[in-house]
Amino acid sequence: MALLSMQNISKTFPGVKALDRVNLDVQKGEIHAVVGENGAGKSTLMKVLSGVYPHGQYDGEIVFEGEPARFSGISDSEKQGIIIIHQELALVPQLSIAENIFLGNECARKGVIDWRKTNQRTEELLAKVGLSEPPTSKVDSIGVGKQQLVEIAKALSKDVKLLILDEPTAALQENDSRKLLDLMLELKSQGVTSIIISHKLNEVRYVADSVTVIRDGMTVSNLDAKAGLSEDDIVRDMVGRDMTHRFPEHSRTPGDVLMEVADWSVWHPEHSERQVIKNASFNVRAGEVVGIAGLMGSGRTELAMSIFGRSYGRNITGSVKLKGQPIDVSTVDRAISAGISYVTEDRKALGLVLDETIRFNTTLANLDGVSSGPILKRNEETRVAERYREALAIRTPSVFQKTVNLSGGNQQKVVLAKWLFTAPEVLILDEPTRGIDVGAKYEIYTIINDLAAQGKGVVMISSEMPELLGMCDRIYVMNEGALVGELAAGDASQERIMSLIVNE
Amino acid sequence: MELADSDTNATPVVKTKGIGEYISSHMRQYGLLFALIAVMAFFEVVTDGTLLRAVNITNLLLQNSYIIIMALGMLIVIVSGNIDLSVGSVMGFIGALAAVMIVNYDQSPYLTMIVCLAIGGVIGAAQGYWVAYWKIPSFIVTLAGMLVFRGLSLWLLEGQSVGPFPKEFQIIATGFVPDLFPAGIGEALADLFGARKVNVLALATGIAAAALVVWIGLRQRAQNKAYGIEDEPTSFFVARNVIIASALIFVMFKLSLFRGLPNVLITMGILTIIYAFITETTTVGRRIYALGGNQKAAKLSGIKTERLTFLAFTNMGVLAAAAGLVFAARLNTATPKAGFALELDVIAAVFIGGASMSGGVGTIIGAVVGAFLMGVLNNGMSIMGIGIDYQQMIKGLVLLAAVIFDVYNKNKQG
Repeated sequence: MALLSMQNISKTFPGVKALDRVNLDVQKGEIHAVVGENGAGKSTLMKVLSGVYPHGQYDGEIVFEGEPARFSGISDSEKQGIIIIHQELALVPQLSIAENIFLGNECARKGVIDWRKTNQRTEELLAKVGLSEPPTSKVDSIGVGKQQLVEIAKALSKDVKLLILDEPTAALQENDSRKLLDLMLELKSQGVTSIIISHKLNEVRYVADSVTVIRDGMTVSNLDAKAGLSEDDIVRDMVGRDMTHRFPEHSRTPGDVLMEVADWSVWHPEHSERQVIKNASFNVRAGEVVGIAGLMGSGRTELAMSIFGRSYGRNITGSVKLKGQPIDVSTVDRAISAGISYVTEDRKALGLVLDETIRFNTTLANLDGVSSGPILKRNEETRVAERYREALAIRTPSVFQKTVNLSGGNQQKVVLAKWLFTAPEVLILDEPTRGIDVGAKYEIYTIINDLAAQGKGVVMISSEMPELLGMCDRIYVMNEGALVGELAAGDASQERIMSLIVNE
Repeated sequence: MELADSDTNATPVVKTKGIGEYISSHMRQYGLLFALIAVMAFFEVVTDGTLLRAVNITNLLLQNSYIIIMALGMLIVIVSGNIDLSVGSVMGFIGALAAVMIVNYDQSPYLTMIVCLAIGGVIGAAQGYWVAYWKIPSFIVTLAGMLVFRGLSLWLLEGQSVGPFPKEFQIIATGFVPDLFPAGIGEALADLFGARKVNVLALATGIAAAALVVWIGLRQRAQNKAYGIEDEPTSFFVARNVIIASALIFVMFKLSLFRGLPNVLITMGILTIIYAFITETTTVGRRIYALGGNQKAAKLSGIKTERLTFLAFTNMGVLAAAAGLVFAARLNTATPKAGFALELDVIAAVFIGGASMSGGVGTIIGAVVGAFLMGVLNNGMSIMGIGIDYQQMIKGLVLLAAVIFDVYNKNKQG
C-alpha cells in the first residue's frame, strides 16, 4: 500500500512552471529516490510535500496514509510525521546536541526544562543513529557528518513516518556518506519510510528500492530498483531533452594558451583538514570559451574565487600564468590589474551595491579609469556608464537608476559592464545566466561570443549543461574538488558529462 | 552587436513626474531642511526673537562647533558600516592632555596642538586596527575605548580641573577673524543699517558663500540637463536656493553686527567643504560608500576594505582631537567630565542627517544640518528655561522620529 501518493502536482512561479503534473508514489517501508538535474524541480516538490508551499499555492492532490492531506505549513506536516532534512542543516551551532534535538519540542513542565530527561532521551536517540557523542557537546564542535546524524536523531524524536533527506551526502566525505546510507538501511529495517534526493547515482543504487526521475518539472519515469538498475538508464532519463536554438551562432578558432592554472590546491577556510580543490590544472586559450561543468558543491565556485585574489580558502598552492608569464593573483586588485575578472554567481550579494546607481556600479572596479589622481571625473564616469549601457543594451531610463530596481538580466549586464571596464584578458563567469529570463540569456550569450571574438579568454561555470554544450569550445568536468575530465565540444554530451560525474 | 528581442526585461519608466511625486521621492532631503526651518521659526517666536539675535547666533555656532567637527568623521565611520562610541572620551582626553602640556609643563600651544592631533590619530588608528584587521565589531572596540580614555583623562588630570589657558590657545575657540576691509566701509554700512558697527568681512563672506551655493547648484543643473538626468522641478530649485542663500546672508549679517566671524566657524566651514568634497568627488569617498553598501561586493571589486576601515577610524581620531582642543579652549579649562556622553549627540546628529545604521548611506551636509538641528533644539530649550530632564526626552524623541521618518519613506518607495 502506498504511504504517500502525490498526484498531478503543478506549481507555478511568476514566469516559470516549476512543476508540471508530477506524480510520486512512495510505498510503506521503502527507500524511494528522487533524482534529477539541478533545477529539475525536486526541491520544489519536497517543499510542496512538507507544506512550505501550503495547500492552495499548488494544484494537485496529496494523499498520505490513505487520507487527503492539506498542509498549511511545516509544523502541520511534521505533526503528521513527515519530516524533511534540508541540504543546509537547520541546527543552531551554539547550542548542544540535546538542546538542538528538542528545540521547539522541549521536555519541560510549565516552561522549566527537565534536563535529566532531555539528556537521557538524547542518549537513546543518538544510540539509534550510531553517534557516540555526549548530549551536551556543542553542535559546532562536531563535524558536518555528525551534524547530519543529529538532524536524523531530531527527526526520530518526533515519531517520524516519512523521512525526507535532501542531498544528504552533498557536504560529506566518502566514509561519512557510507555511514549515513547504512543508517538509512538500518532505519528501513525498523520500518521507517524515507525519500532520498540525490545526484549521486551510485548512492541511489546502493539504498533505493524505487526511483522517480524528474526533468524540467515533469515526472519522466518510475523505475523499480529491486530488480537491479543501470546508471545509464537513469542518466538518459535525467538529461534527455531537446536542444533547440537557444544559443547564438558562433564560429571560433582559439589562439594560443592565454591563462594556465597548474596544480591548484585549496583548503577549507574553517575546516583546515578539508581539501576543497585538489590539484586542479586547466587552461583557456585566447578567443576560447571554456566550460566547467559539475554539480553544486563540486568546488567550481571555490576554484574560481581562490584564483581571483584568494577570495576563498586558505593554504592555496599552485601557479597561474598569463601568456606564459607567472602572474600575482594574491589580492583582488592584483588579479584585476593582471587582467583577470570574476563575475560572481550571486550578483545581488557579491556583485552589486544594490542601493547605488548603474553608474556607481559600472566604474567600481576601475575607479582609476575615471579619475585624475584621487578626484573623480564624474562626467567621464557618466560617459563610460552610458557607453556600456548602449553596448550591452541595459534597459533603463538612465544610468542614474538604482540597480536594485533592475530586472535580473539587466543587473547581470551591469555586473558584466563593471568587469568589461577593467579591460580583462580572461573573464571567469560563474553561473552567468542564473535566474534570468530566456531573452536576456540569449543576450548574455551574445556578449560572451563577442568577448571571445575580441580574443579574450572566457571561463564559464554553469550548472546548466545545455548552456555549456551550446556555448563552449571545451568543457572541464569537476567533481568533489577535482577536475575529472576534459571534453572537446564535439565529443561532449550531457550523458558523457553526467557519467564522468557519477562514476567518480 | 546583434541582440535578440527581449521586451520582458525592459523597464520603461515614465520620465515626467508630478511635483507631488517628486516631493514624496525626495522627502528626506527637503524634510530635514523644513524641519530645521520650522524648529528655528518656532523658537524664534517663543523666545521673543532671542534665538536669532547676533550674540545668540554666535553662541550657537561656538556651542556646536565640536559636535559638528566630530560629526564629519562620524559620518564617514557610519557610512563605512561602523560606529565609534569613544569620541566623547577621546575628546575629553585630548583636552586634558593639552591642559597638562600647556598649563603644567609650559609647552608652546602650537606644539601642543600638533602633538594632540597626532595622538588623536594614533588613538583612532589603534582602535581601527582591531576593527579592520581583526574584524572585531566596532561597537565593542570603541566601547572599550570609551572606558579606557575616560579613565585616562581622570588619571591625567588627577581628578582636578586644569586651567586656565594662555590667550593664544583660547583664540582657537573664542577668537574672531579681524575685519580685513577698511574701517570706512564698515562705518558707511553701519549708518545704512542703523547699526552700531558692521563687520564687512563677515557680510562679504556670507554673500560669497551664497553666490557659491547658487553657482554650484546651477552648474550641477546644467550638467544634469546635458546628460538628460531627471532633475528637481525648477520651482523647487529656485525656492531651495533662495532659502539657503538668504539664510546664509542673514546669519552672516547678524554675525557682522556682533563681533564678526568666529575662528571656529572658519575651521568648521573649511572642514565641512573638504569632507563634502572627499565623500562626493574622490575615489576614496566612493570606495567608502561601496564598502558600507556591500562590503563583499566592494572587496571582490578590488577595494582594500580593511585599509579603508582603518583610515576611517584614524581620521575620526584626528577630528575628535581637534574637537577636544576647541572644547578645552572654549571652556578655558580641562575637566575630567569633558565630553561625557557627547558621542551620543554626535551619533544622533549623523542619523538625524539621514545616515543609515547599516552603512553606505548618508551625506556630510546632512550630518552638519542634523547637528545644527540638535544644536538649535538645545539652545532654544535652554533659552526657554526648559529643564535638562525635558530636553533629554525631547531630543530622544526627535532622533526616533527622524529615523522612523526615514524608514517610512523607504518602505513607501518599496
